[in-house]
Amino acid sequence: MMDLTVNGTTHAIDADPDTPLLYVLRDHLGLNAAKFGCGLGQCGACTVMVDDRAVLSCVVPIALLAGRRVTTLEGLGTLDQPAPIQQAFIEEQAAQCGYCIAGMMMRAQALLQATPQASDADIRHALEPHLCRCGTHMRILKAVHRAAALMRAHDPVRGAL
Amino acid sequence: MNRRFTVLRLFACLIVLLGIAIGVVAALAWYSPITPIDRMPADRFDARLIRQGADLAALGDCDTCHTAPNGRSFVGGLPVPTPFGTIYSTNITPDPETGIGRWSEAAFRRALRQGVDREGRQLYPAFPYDHFTRLTDDDVTALYAYLMTRTPVRASAPPNALPFPLNHRFVVAGWKLLFFNPGTYRPDPAHDAAWNRGAYLVEGIGHCGACHTPRNALGAEKSSRFFAGGEAEGWTAFPINAAAASPVPWNADSLYAYLRQGWHGLHGVAEGPMAPVSADLAGASDGDVRSIAAYVASIIGETAPADRPEGRTLAAMTRPFGTGAKPQSAGSQAAAAPAVVGDGAGATIYAGACAGCHESGRPVPYGGTDLSLSTALNGSTPRNLINILFEGIPAADGARAPIMPDFGAVLTDTQLADLARFLRAKFTDKLAWTEIDAAVRQARSRRATAEASTSAAAGNP
Amino acid sequence: MAPLPTFSRRVVLQGAGAIMVSFSLRSLPAGAEEAAPSKLPGSLAVDPHLDAWIRIAPDGGVTVFTGKAELGQGIGTALLQIAAEELGVPVERLTLVTADTGRTANEGYTAGSHSIQDSGGAIRNAAAQLRELLITEAARRLGLPSDQLRAERGKVTAPDGQELPYAELAAGVDMHVAARPRSVFRDPGSFTIMNTPMRRIDIPAKVTGGAAYVQDLRLPDMLHARIVRPPSYRAALKSVDLDAADKMAGVVKVFRDGNFLAVVAEREFQAVKAMRTLAASAEWDETAILPAAGRLADAITALPSRDLYILDRHDGTGQAARTLEATFTRPYQSHGSIGPSCAVAQAVDGSLTVWTHTQGVYPDRAAIAEMLHLPLDKVRCIHVPGSGCYGHNGADDAAADAALIAMAMPGRPVRVQWMREQEHAWEPFGPAMVTKVSASLDAAGRIADWRYEVWSNTHSMRPGAAGSLLAAQHKAESFPVPAAKPLPLPEGGGDRNAIPLYVLPNAAVTYHFLPDMPVRISAMRSLGAYMNIFSIESFMDELAGAAGIDPVTFRLNHLDDARARDVIRLAADRFGWADRGKVVAGRGFGFAFARYKNLAAYCAVAMEIESDTGRVRIKRVVSAVDAGQTVNPDGIRNQIEGAILQSASWTLYESVTFDATRITSVDWATYPILRFRDVPDSVEVHIIDRPGQPFLGAGEAGQGPAAAAVANAIADATGLRLRDLPLNAQKLRKQLREGL
Repeated sequence: MMDLTVNGTTHAIDADPDTPLLYVLRDHLGLNAAKFGCGLGQCGACTVMVDDRAVLSCVVPIALLAGRRVTTLEGLGTLDQPAPIQQAFIEEQAAQCGYCIAGMMMRAQALLQATPQASDADIRHALEPHLCRCGTHMRILKAVHRAAALMRAHDPVRGAL
Repeated sequence: MNRRFTVLRLFACLIVLLGIAIGVVAALAWYSPITPIDRMPADRFDARLIRQGADLAALGDCDTCHTAPNGRSFVGGLPVPTPFGTIYSTNITPDPETGIGRWSEAAFRRALRQGVDREGRQLYPAFPYDHFTRLTDDDVTALYAYLMTRTPVRASAPPNALPFPLNHRFVVAGWKLLFFNPGTYRPDPAHDAAWNRGAYLVEGIGHCGACHTPRNALGAEKSSRFFAGGEAEGWTAFPINAAAASPVPWNADSLYAYLRQGWHGLHGVAEGPMAPVSADLAGASDGDVRSIAAYVASIIGETAPADRPEGRTLAAMTRPFGTGAKPQSAGSQAAAAPAVVGDGAGATIYAGACAGCHESGRPVPYGGTDLSLSTALNGSTPRNLINILFEGIPAADGARAPIMPDFGAVLTDTQLADLARFLRAKFTDKLAWTEIDAAVRQARSRRATAEASTSAAAGNP
Repeated sequence: MAPLPTFSRRVVLQGAGAIMVSFSLRSLPAGAEEAAPSKLPGSLAVDPHLDAWIRIAPDGGVTVFTGKAELGQGIGTALLQIAAEELGVPVERLTLVTADTGRTANEGYTAGSHSIQDSGGAIRNAAAQLRELLITEAARRLGLPSDQLRAERGKVTAPDGQELPYAELAAGVDMHVAARPRSVFRDPGSFTIMNTPMRRIDIPAKVTGGAAYVQDLRLPDMLHARIVRPPSYRAALKSVDLDAADKMAGVVKVFRDGNFLAVVAEREFQAVKAMRTLAASAEWDETAILPAAGRLADAITALPSRDLYILDRHDGTGQAARTLEATFTRPYQSHGSIGPSCAVAQAVDGSLTVWTHTQGVYPDRAAIAEMLHLPLDKVRCIHVPGSGCYGHNGADDAAADAALIAMAMPGRPVRVQWMREQEHAWEPFGPAMVTKVSASLDAAGRIADWRYEVWSNTHSMRPGAAGSLLAAQHKAESFPVPAAKPLPLPEGGGDRNAIPLYVLPNAAVTYHFLPDMPVRISAMRSLGAYMNIFSIESFMDELAGAAGIDPVTFRLNHLDDARARDVIRLAADRFGWADRGKVVAGRGFGFAFARYKNLAAYCAVAMEIESDTGRVRIKRVVSAVDAGQTVNPDGIRNQIEGAILQSASWTLYESVTFDATRITSVDWATYPILRFRDVPDSVEVHIIDRPGQPFLGAGEAGQGPAAAAVANAIADATGLRLRDLPLNAQKLRKQLREGL
């Protein structure tokens, strides 16, 4: 049994300490956004945030996460009240099958929180660990730029930094 | 490198330079400008010469220093940290205003051979002209043809951040007087042509010693400790002479494969500043890479049998090459969860985060390196291991190569240190590292600096 | 981009809800599988009843049924646009039910860019005819002639303003009637929903963590299973320790049936750990049966072949002045779905339900029923979206895995998900191919004669028969792999797009169909068209170069199809082809064109690349596409953009690797694909709308032209013609050096 804080709620988790975070999110907590893609840290589909940094949840055993804050796409916004990053992906229609998208969005969220004025080169560099097979890359890039603009509009003080 | 030592170095540097600079240097430092030319159109250069230049640029890894993070090739702007301050690489595209578009071949040749730019200013030896001076005339011409046919990009590098008096370029003349030995490569008649080709490439365009030979207090390579190991950008450049630390001895074949593809099953993966070197060597000519490998292998030499077990014997004791080897196919990518691997936090982290790939029983790139073979783990400092844990091994550019996720974001400093201690103890017979915590702090701060510079660059369009 | 019209929250929920609805168990509607009359448009031929496609409920809610599956290509949204437009109902009121053997018509596979043509055609006709029935009913009630009534926004309106909602009228209309062969469609000039960019109904759930995929399906009491696949194709299990895995925490069952090994556990990661333990204990006898990877082209052309002479045309004109010839090769390539295949199955009282991301619920059902010796009506397959598949990946196999295990765990739902290396090693690949082309130019620079040969396996080993499923092959009662058949023209398989659209008075095309399949293969997006268009369009550039004619002009000189000429001109124009400037070292321009299958969408691609040291980076892409009557322009753009980038990845990087025994490309380290650093600076898609013309499938139109445009741009940049896919840096560097 260990305590794991996900999207602001602390859960008592009954799983072996070597269980990767991804399986706990999906199987124990019933969350959908983080996806199993490779289990090897090669594709980015499982990306979530731990203390505001993008992390590949398929290779992170929960034993490492005591006292840490885990955030998944579900924790950013909802259908009714989408977060800027979600709104941006909808507005740019930045998905085909969409399986890789949740991971991409979490990576972008972590980037834009740390670097509100991220350049196109920064965004491409940050997304390098992520694979998309449908070829939606152009729209994903546009959506991250749009999200950056939305986030700056939401938080003009930080956005001007 | 701690701060006190750096200050001492600077102080030493000051005394030496003051003495020399006053009398001699003023005269030595002066070079006349070379008349600017109109930019040469690309079709003025022979295609064969351009390709020869492309090969040399790959062997010299020019684009790595002359490209900013996420920037365009050869545009410069990369901050090069040195013990003396930060130097920014320059734009070597043929842009007439900010690049080398108005440099004649004579000016280009002088820069490579003598470390002086077109306008007659001294160049800092972060630009390794102490190696490039060995280039033949023909190769200089080819390199010039290649660079002058790149896409011109208008971009100026930020000013260097160097303290007085190093911010005055004439002091470089004093440094040259002491340490610079100009002149093209002189073949060694005791060796055959292939060896000499390798030596020419390694000593000259390849400038391997710039990282792999230790430097003195004034930043010059210690020729007496040739290839005895140095450092670069916070990474340890391991010795590539008789002191080479790899558990399985290197030979020309394994060096060739490593240089060519960036990894070798019995040694590990090229990382840090070595990663772009092997990426560039993938594009170099086969014969040249073989020559380099043969030459370096001759420097490493035959390892005394008493020192280490025969490479083959050691390899046979590992999972990927021993009896536990698994086929590189479905069903056994990740290893079965290891039984208890030891006590403590490091063991737990290893079991949960590392063992799945590193105990898969498959050689790279089908599985993780068997850690008992890893040079990073067997080396004298923990820096490279810590750096790899921080940064992972990013995917290669469209080529088959190992990938390792980064753990810098998820592991705390304590967890990183625990893991490093555990790995050193479990997989090597070497003494425990003493400077793990410092290496973790340095890696963390380097990462923070890199991220801050991204933000800063993005904030100042 | 202008903001797109937004779906209300209600529709979003209905979109997500459609998945939930389809999870519930319902019986087959009567008549769903009656024999169909011919000559009806689209898939109405499969089921002519209007209510098989559209139903109006008493509350005015409209349900649209399609036998096609949403694969991430956005057809769900486009089909609703079609139904809403023709029926005259706001899109918000529509609910979509997709492929389900319990609820929808048998539309075969969702493949070949057919969905809008076939299912869209059926739905459009059904909607238009239903609208006519509603107007007729309204006319009867109002005592007015039909031609005075308008059907819009869910109601029929009379000139005096009287309104009758569809909900009310529906009660008086028998919707279970057979469709007529012809419908009265709305005037494209009056469209308000079709031909407007519509936001996809499935995207909101996908970007907020909604349950959007079969991977997200969690049924009460569900168990997790993992398979232990053999290490190679003909491997036979020698020995295995079932007990060790059986004793592990959470393990409910360790399952062995011949060479089929699986573990079932309460928790997902418990199943993964048990799988690893079981795999480590398994000993296999393996057979070295794979062709020599280093000489793949020789191995392919040496296979026994059935030669099909698919074109032989001679008019005796043309004086050959100069002849060129070339050989092109393509390796095996992987679908490379980002999410490994997954399925859930549940056996209750001898009936089996399988939730699957298969492209064909009916054929998959037939294969699973045969494997389990169950009557067809005891098996129901329900499509739930998965990760993009791009053809026949592991989806059907995972469904069979889940079905086989579920039968041993009666009552409890069983979820199977493959591991990454299982998807990479066991999915059926896109076949390796070889093409040879030779052609002569006359003195005027026209093609005087053309000879083309293509060597290829079939491009479909999809289920239908149990033997196409891995589980059926591996279980003790092993089902043989069915014999391969060539797919018939005009669509074709290995010979898809092997016949050029160009005007060639003297031309011969031969398809060497190869029945033996040393490597497991099946359908991959665009089938043989990718390789044939790559070959033909590369060679067209070689011919243009030999003739000293601009490649775009050379193509136009050999085309009389006006729509083909239009897309070529548009792409060239928007790219600025004529003013592309003189070649700078390391920079090149490429152009290519094809009409997919010679009967679907037209697509032209112009491209600029940079290649300094062998590494190729695509800078800018401009494409033009004619997909007939446009339904969702943004959907077409998304598909073409995706096709271009996916094809760039296939073309520049991808090949399945193997030794004599095993597939060795088992993950993303050993099967690299496109990453962000190599993504172009810009990709433009320009659509030529053809109001009132038939829909032309566009989902696979871009792959072939994009591949050839890359090759042509590399040739322009470096002077080197690469003909062996993939056109990777290693090959380019080798050629650059040998060219010295």
